[in-house]
Amino acid sequence: MTAIAPDRARIRFCALGALYLLLAAPPVRSWLEATMSGHMLVQIPLLAAIGFAACRLLVAHHQERLLAIAGGPIPLVVVALFASSWWMLPRALDDALAHPLVEVAKFVSLPALVGVPLALAWRRLGIIGRGFVWTNFISMLAVLGWLYLAAPQRLCNSYLVDQQESAGWLMVKLALLLFAAWLGHLFVGGPPVGNPRAVHGP
Amino acid sequence: MTSVAHSVAVTALVTVLGSGAFWWGTDGFTAFTAETARRADVLRAPRPLPAAVLEDQDGRVFGIDDYRGRLLAVEFIYTRCTTICNSLGMAFRQIRDRVPADALGRDVALLSISFDPERDDPASLKAYGIAHGADGEHWRLARVRDAAQLRALLEAFGVVVIADRFGGFEHNAAIHLVGRDGRLVEISDLDVPLQFAAKLEEAL
Repeated sequence: MTAIAPDRARIRFCALGALYLLLAAPPVRSWLEATMSGHMLVQIPLLAAIGFAACRLLVAHHQERLLAIAGGPIPLVVVALFASSWWMLPRALDDALAHPLVEVAKFVSLPALVGVPLALAWRRLGIIGRGFVWTNFISMLAVLGWLYLAAPQRLCNSYLVDQQESAGWLMVKLALLLFAAWLGHLFVGGPPVGNPRAVHGP
Repeated sequence: MTSVAHSVAVTALVTVLGSGAFWWGTDGFTAFTAETARRADVLRAPRPLPAAVLEDQDGRVFGIDDYRGRLLAVEFIYTRCTTICNSLGMAFRQIRDRVPADALGRDVALLSISFDPERDDPASLKAYGIAHGADGEHWRLARVRDAAQLRALLEAFGVVVIADRFGGFEHNAAIHLVGRDGRLVEISDLDVPLQFAAKLEEAL
């Protein structure tokens, strides 16, 4: 990846830290968690994105080292899949609101087990690998959104039925939008998506 | 090749750990919502209930503990509710009608608890009871006046009440069975009252 000057990296790192603290601040937390959409589609993705961005600020050879310890990109993608799926469970959302410890686990695991592993793996993923992550994510979003729309009863005890519905709609729309963007990126071009390096070393 | 072996080994490890975490966290892939989890948890380990002072539709003061030695069906309501509480009321009525007349009162009782004590005074509880066919003896309607006691009671039952935009509430509605020992033993869906009644009869 492109090298970032150390002082600029430090500034960006501080900015990410500030965003993280802002998300953790009680007023912002309760504001985002007041609606299902804010919780699922703003807070949770932002937490993962902070981990992703923070990891990309690490010096390249440190990232390589972490990647080597983890055994390459595939285990990292698997970790990110498990952790992100967990926080899509209605039960996990309810638990995070009801138990402070689960809330802490959410704030730690989303950056550490979703953002960071994805960022480490992303450098090494070819176009197929990245395509897998994207399509997997988009289909999960669409299926979950549809489930929220079709569910005859409330899935989260902490949210009203109409919030479940609006979150469902937003998820379906977001999935369509992401899919269109990804396809567009794939066919219309822009900078090459895939890292020209092979997925596996010799 | 060792890097490939390393990758495969770590992938296998995280897959096992991840699946294990999901298994543990969803009660064996059965409970994906907090509501199913609450029901499974109660079945596994009946919950003791905190002491609370209740006031019924005639202003009589009592406690859930007074029902020890009897089976008690409990629902949570608020009297201005026009939606799900009506289904709850219907379900309760069906259950009451199915319980053998000689067991009613002696061995089985029904209790509707309001979580809106501010507005649900004995008079509105009484009106609500009449509207749903409660007799006020074997099926009583009550409120918990003390806010802390109400909170503790709702928490023990696992009932989450949130205000909606129209001045009412949304709440996870179900029928709760409190055993003879005063512990919460089972939570049933309100759309299968006959099953619940059959279970009551079985336990008589």
